[in-house]
Amino acid sequence: MAKIKEYIPLVGQPVIDDLRLLSERLKGKVIQHINSTPVGGGVAEILNRMVPLLRELGVDTKWDVIKGGEQFFAVTKKFHNALHGRAEEIIQRDFEIFMETSQQNIDGVDIYGDIVFIHDPQPVALVKKKASNKWLWRCHIDVSNPNARVWKFLMDFIVHYDSAVFSAPAFSQRLPIRQFLISPSIDPLSDKNKELSQETIDAVLKKYGIKKDKPIITQISRFDRLKDPVGVIEAYLRVKKYTDCQLILAGGAAEDDPEGSKVLEEVKEKAKHDPDIHILLLPQNDIEVNALQRASDVVIQKSIREGFGLTVAEALWKAKPVVASNVGGIPLQIKHKYSGLLCHSIEGTSFAIKQLLSSPAYAKKLGENGREHIKNNFLITRHLREYMLLFLSLYHPEDVVHLC
Amino acid sequence: MQKVINAKEPFKFCTRLHLSELTGLRATTLSQLLTLIKEVPGACIYHHTHRFLQQHQYLSPEPPNDFAYWVADILGEDELGERLVSIDTIQYSTIRDLREKIASTIEEYLRDNPLAKLKFARAKEEFHFIKSVSFILPTRYIVYDLKGFAEALKKVTLDSIYFHIFEARLRLEKPTNDFALWIEHSLGDKKLANSIAGFDPYTSTLEDLRKKIIRLIERKIAQ
Repeated sequence: MAKIKEYIPLVGQPVIDDLRLLSERLKGKVIQHINSTPVGGGVAEILNRMVPLLRELGVDTKWDVIKGGEQFFAVTKKFHNALHGRAEEIIQRDFEIFMETSQQNIDGVDIYGDIVFIHDPQPVALVKKKASNKWLWRCHIDVSNPNARVWKFLMDFIVHYDSAVFSAPAFSQRLPIRQFLISPSIDPLSDKNKELSQETIDAVLKKYGIKKDKPIITQISRFDRLKDPVGVIEAYLRVKKYTDCQLILAGGAAEDDPEGSKVLEEVKEKAKHDPDIHILLLPQNDIEVNALQRASDVVIQKSIREGFGLTVAEALWKAKPVVASNVGGIPLQIKHKYSGLLCHSIEGTSFAIKQLLSSPAYAKKLGENGREHIKNNFLITRHLREYMLLFLSLYHPEDVVHLC
Repeated sequence: MQKVINAKEPFKFCTRLHLSELTGLRATTLSQLLTLIKEVPGACIYHHTHRFLQQHQYLSPEPPNDFAYWVADILGEDELGERLVSIDTIQYSTIRDLREKIASTIEEYLRDNPLAKLKFARAKEEFHFIKSVSFILPTRYIVYDLKGFAEALKKVTLDSIYFHIFEARLRLEKPTNDFALWIEHSLGDKKLANSIAGFDPYTSTLEDLRKKIIRLIERKIAQ
C-alpha cells in the first residue's frame, strides 16, 4: 500500500502539507466507516485505499461491514436500480426484508465512532443507533430521478443524519440536513492506475489471446444492465462495418450484486459469433484491468445510469480517449470535445468511436487534456482533503470557518 | 539594496480550503435563475463566480463564471453570457454588490429580450446552486520583513495566495487584498501597496499572480 509521501512527486509537497494541517484538527476523533461489502465495486475500492492513508495521516479511522443474506442483497439491488430510475417492481415484502436484516445489523454492529460514516443505502437504517455522535450518509449512486417509493422509505432514515454527501450536483434533493458535493477519486499509485511496463501490458494481452493487430476498444465494468454491455456490443458492431477493430468487455462482480451472472450470460450470447469480442471476467485483478486500459485505443463507458463512473477517470488518467454516456458524474470528468466525447445513444457511441479511430491526433489531444483534468480534480489526495473538511464541518455550521 | 524594514506586525500566511455545499435549488429558465440569484445565500454567489479560479488553474475552456457559462451554453443566450462574463468583479467590494450587478444584468437583458424567458434547460442541464464553505487555517509561514515575505510567497500554496487576494477582500470585506494591506500598514510602503492592490487578479492564473507579486517585491528590495 502506498505511503502518503509517495504522492508528493505527483501532486506536490504543499498538497500533502495541507492534508497534515487538517489531520491535526481531527486528533482525538474516531471515524467509523460502514458499508456493505469489503470487495468489489467503487465504494470498497475507495475505502481500501483511503482508510490506510487517513490512518497514516493520524486520523483514527476504522471500517466495518454490515452482514446480509442473499435475500437482503437482492432487495438492495432492486432498491439500487429503482433509485437509478429503472422500472422495478417493489413490493411491501422487500421493505420488510430490508428492515429485518437492518434490525439484525442494528443489534449486531458495534457503533463506537465519534463520526459514523455510512456508505450507500444498504446500512442506512443503522442511524437508529444515533446518540450524541455525528452521522454522515454518503450516497454513491445517481439519485437524480429516484423511484419515489424507495426514496421516501430512505428519507425516513436520511433526515436523522447530520449531513449527506453526493457525487454530483444533479443528485442533490431538497433535504432538511446539510448536503455536500464530494466527487470520488482514483488512486494514481494503486495497481489499477500505476504505470506499467510494456512487457506487463503485452503479457496480459497474450494471456487472454488478444493480438495487437487491430484497434482495441474496451469497456471495463461489472456485468450490470446499468452499464449496458449489450449496447456496447451493438455500438462496436456498427463501427466494425467500417473499421476493423476488436472489443474487450472486462469486469468483475461485487459480492452485493446477485444479478451479475445473469447479465454475463446475456452478453456472452450476444457475442458468441464474433471472435473479436473478448469477454473477460476479472475478479479483483487490478493489474490486468490497468494493462487492458493501457492497451486500448479507445475506452468506452456506455452506462445508462452511473453513480460516478470512476472507470472514466481511470482511463483519462492513462491519457486514453474516452467515449462515455452523458450520465451521472461522467460530465464532471469529461468536457465534451475537450477531454473526451459524451454520447446519449448507441448510434452516438459508434459515431464517436469511429471519429477517434480515424483521427488519432484528435484522440491523443483529448486523452492528454483528460489526464490533466483528472490530475487537478479527481485524485485521492483531493478526496482525502474533502473528507477531512467534511468531518470538520460537522462541528462548524458556518460558511466561513476560522481554524486559526 | 534597500534597508530592511521590520514590520510593525508580522504577516501570518493562512490557507483556505473549501467544501461545496449543495442547496438542492435548481433553475431551468432565466427567470428562475434570476429569482434564485436574488434569494440564495451570498456563499452561493461567491461559489459560482470564483470556483473557476481554484478548479481550473490550467488552460480551460470554461468561462470564468458559472452563470455566464449556463446562459450561453445551455440556454443559448450568448449575448447575455458575454455581458455576465464581462462583469468586472474586482470593482465590487462585497458579495451583495456583485449579486446586485449580476441580477440587474439579467433583468435588463430580459427586459430587452422577452423571448429569452421562453427558453428552458433540458433535463440534467439545470443550473444547480452550490454554496462555498471556506476553512481558513494558519500555515507555518510567518514573516517580519519584505525579504522574508517574498521568500514565503514562493513557497506557500496557491490556496494561500487565493485566500489573501480574493477571499479576504470580497468575502471578508476588507478594503483591498491582505498583501497590500500589510505592506501599507505594517511596512509603511504605500507605493508598493498600491501597485499590488492595482492588479486585476481575475485575469491571471494564480501562478502568474504569484510571479507578478514576487517580481514587484524583488524589484523593490533591489532598489
